Amino acid sequence: MGVSVKWLKYYVDFEMSAEELAYKLTMAGIAVEGIEKKEDDWILELDLTPNRGDCLGMINLAREVAALTGNELKIPEVFIKENEEDIKDYIKVNILEPELCPRYAARVIKNVKIKPSPEWMQEILIKSGIRPINNVVDITNYVLLETNQPLHAFDYDLLESKEINVRRARNGEKIVTLDEVERELDENMLLICDGEQGVALAGIMGGQNTEINENTTMVMLESANFAGANIRKTSRKLALRSDSSVRFEKGADPNGVIYAINRAAYLIQELAGGEVVGGIVDVYPSPVENKKIKLRTDRVNYLLGTELTPDEVKEYISRLGFKIEDVEAGFIVEVPTYRPDISVEVDLIEEIARLYGYDKIPAGLPSGNTTLGGLNPYQAFRENVRTIMAESLYEVVNYSFISPAYFDRLMLSEDSIYRRTVKVANPLSEEQSVMRTLLLPGLLENLSRNFARKNSNLAFFEIGAVFYPTESGLPEEKLKLGAAVSGSSEINWLKHKLAMDFFFLKGIVEDMLRRLGINDYEFRRTAHPSFHPGRTAAVYCSGEEIGIIGEIHPEVGANFDLRDRVCAFEFDLDKLFALSGRKMMMESITKYPAVERDIAVLLKSDITAGQAVQVIKESDDTILKEVVVFDLYTGEQVKEGYKSMAFRLKFQSNERTLTENEVNEKVNLILSNLEKKLGAVLR
Amino acid sequence: MLEELKNIKTSVESRLNEVKTLEDLNELKVKALGRKGDITLILKRLKDIPPEQRVEVGKFANEVKASLERMIEEKARELKKLELDLRLMAETIDVTLPGLPLIKGRKHPLTQVIDEIRDIFTSMGFAVAEGPEIESDYYNFEALNIPKEHPARDMQDSFYITEEILLRTHTSPVQVRTMEKMAPQIPVKIIVPGRVYRRDDDATHSPMFHQIEGLVIDERITFAHLKGTLMLFAQKVFGEDVKVRYRPSFFPFTEPSAEMDISCVMCKGEGCRVCSYTGWLEILGAGMVNPRVLEYGGYDPEKVSGFAFGMGVERIAMLKYGINDLRLFFENDKRFLTQF
Repeated sequence: MGVSVKWLKYYVDFEMSAEELAYKLTMAGIAVEGIEKKEDDWILELDLTPNRGDCLGMINLAREVAALTGNELKIPEVFIKENEEDIKDYIKVNILEPELCPRYAARVIKNVKIKPSPEWMQEILIKSGIRPINNVVDITNYVLLETNQPLHAFDYDLLESKEINVRRARNGEKIVTLDEVERELDENMLLICDGEQGVALAGIMGGQNTEINENTTMVMLESANFAGANIRKTSRKLALRSDSSVRFEKGADPNGVIYAINRAAYLIQELAGGEVVGGIVDVYPSPVENKKIKLRTDRVNYLLGTELTPDEVKEYISRLGFKIEDVEAGFIVEVPTYRPDISVEVDLIEEIARLYGYDKIPAGLPSGNTTLGGLNPYQAFRENVRTIMAESLYEVVNYSFISPAYFDRLMLSEDSIYRRTVKVANPLSEEQSVMRTLLLPGLLENLSRNFARKNSNLAFFEIGAVFYPTESGLPEEKLKLGAAVSGSSEINWLKHKLAMDFFFLKGIVEDMLRRLGINDYEFRRTAHPSFHPGRTAAVYCSGEEIGIIGEIHPEVGANFDLRDRVCAFEFDLDKLFALSGRKMMMESITKYPAVERDIAVLLKSDITAGQAVQVIKESDDTILKEVVVFDLYTGEQVKEGYKSMAFRLKFQSNERTLTENEVNEKVNLILSNLEKKLGAVLR
Repeated sequence: MLEELKNIKTSVESRLNEVKTLEDLNELKVKALGRKGDITLILKRLKDIPPEQRVEVGKFANEVKASLERMIEEKARELKKLELDLRLMAETIDVTLPGLPLIKGRKHPLTQVIDEIRDIFTSMGFAVAEGPEIESDYYNFEALNIPKEHPARDMQDSFYITEEILLRTHTSPVQVRTMEKMAPQIPVKIIVPGRVYRRDDDATHSPMFHQIEGLVIDERITFAHLKGTLMLFAQKVFGEDVKVRYRPSFFPFTEPSAEMDISCVMCKGEGCRVCSYTGWLEILGAGMVNPRVLEYGGYDPEKVSGFAFGMGVERIAMLKYGINDLRLFFENDKRFLTQF
């Protein structure tokens, strides 16, 4: 909202420059976003907080300046020369919805001459962003800007029944508003009617049928108060905002109705030669009274950390123009209805704080009870996982909402649980319309976009929530850890190349699990529609599946425009946390030397390394300390359907130096077990 | 024989100077001191000379032997050092060649900023509290003193799941959830990092972003404590010389409410494009917990008071790292992620 500094001076004196005024207002909570010089004037661009809609009115803004400077507020006086007639003979008002329309006042003015408004008024309207139309309409707008009370002028002669009814519209009822648009209404919208005929959309815009025009000679002025919430709803539903609706939404002052209508009538009398009919119709079934709020000086100081005296407290409140009265242990403050934002003691304390100046309040640290603080075990665990992951992968942050089309691209079965999503009722687009049930699509999309931008060798991970619908209440949120990689280590002159493939990812996972204190994990081949049927494993721990790891199915890859091989994993962090334990020192460091033996065997192709290692480990639990697969070979020297696998066995005792014989015995036992149980042939 | 010994000594000494390799030195050593070496042979002949000379000659022979051994030893050390030096020089590498680009990773810049801010507050005794990203209307609005139809709901256009369930528009619901859990225990001192969602997508708004919320409740908590705590925070994140100021503002869940500005990190308050030539940057919202919110949380506002604050992580990250486009955070471009 643009505010003319020159105009503001009509209502309060001040000597400050525009910059100074802007600074003072900003530091008092009326934020000035910009200052613009316009000829001999300055326009302040205000950014009002929603509680201070009252400052949309110049008089109320002037009250702020008055409170800040201690100068006097000058409210324009009105001198209406009413004729001998009684308005009751001209118009009758019925409020059928007093909840939606707490007050409705009307005046009638005769012998009006419609012409352009005076230049000074036009200038102010233009500076405030309102287009001048004619003297009567301009006066209603001018008074709106001045008092924050929206007004409407009807051509009295175009009102047929001379009886105003404020009622709800009927579903499907129509009205053509001043902007020449036909609006279809519903029963939640409030309509100002001439008898049965709608003549104005209450608080938002007048109707075309009773618009002030060049032939108008008699005017009915409306000054009313409407419930903000209802105006807001109607305004949203019809996508129709006006200077009037904005003010009602933020809360207009029901007790400001009469001053505004008189001010407008006075101006019409002066500027349009009007003759004001005697009296006001004022329907106000439940008058709103000023709030009386108790204010305690010690409470002020308690909350602010200040040492204000009762006199200072009184001084700040008085500057706002509020009545303040001494009572036992404090004050009673009477808050005028133009400040609906003030309803309890703390609201008054804020008023004192902002007039006193936030910057003058001292700064200190709480000195109360000490607290341990920090992260709880789950949070610490999660951050530990993040730190471990970030050693080898780059962390990404993806939106939590995704496109439902991703589920097809992932080739998930029609009945997959991952297709059961929490849906956003009002998404910005289809691409962001469901809450993710997997991290995988986001990660694959990350790879895809990076490849499209010619970035290669990608290794990403994400830790984030996925969402599952529930029968009732809030959806279920689960924290997942996901990763996706493609490519290899970066090209280098040393010609070291580490492929970021299944075993690269598996290595990261195994390292993580061990560092989390999870040792009894197992990788079992598994099938998943999004993954390569021969290169995918489910990870089990204590009999429970905790995650999946594998190469992405080439068709899924193609669906994400990924040409190269991609490997990915997704783990359930809650399960990992439940399984994680304290890291314990498992083995003492023995001083006796270790003996290493390498063995190589031929195994049928379908025998897994896991099976072979298990057979080896089961062969001895005394001196066999470690089994490492160090070679895997299939090819010319190995017969069809077989593979050669080599293991390095490490034997060691905590009590003595091992003898050649006992190691040989163990190796022979291992070989014979491999032969018996897996059909292995010694190479 | 004494003469012979002297000659041997002189000859070995002079040859020592010419020896260039350990091999040659060894040859010289064998020739002089070996089992069939010159000195050894002389010592063997000792028995043939008169006993009265034997002692003198023997003593001298041993002296010559020891002295030659010492000299040869020394020469050996010298030659070894020389050879090592030569070898090491030959092994010189080009230290300007790049190091091995092993696989590496990094935390997202937003995580790094969250970590930093979290650590500042946890070192002051704050615990980390978290809550669901999909929230009920009650926790997101109602219990924060934002009733239905409240104009403040306009400030944060929300993504709804149902009429009563929405994507949280701020981390503030966790304030109420924590209070409910804790009341009437004091003190409450929490920091709440997390994802939040608002229905807005343009150059300066992302439909998902991150906030960090803070809440302190105890006896006699004042606005002064709010100022002191946040001042400390600003200094730790933006440097000791940062200036802060507080402006009155409005949040339904705090009263009095404030906005904290810091002196512009780019121009140090001189005025530049980043701060719209004001010299100040809006950095967070804060205030004293509204008594109604304390009541919703189960506390008696006459007995305890509190302050709360909230900040946008993206904004702080942008200022800290000089990032000028909000969207970069969520594009996850490798060239972006590898810079932090």
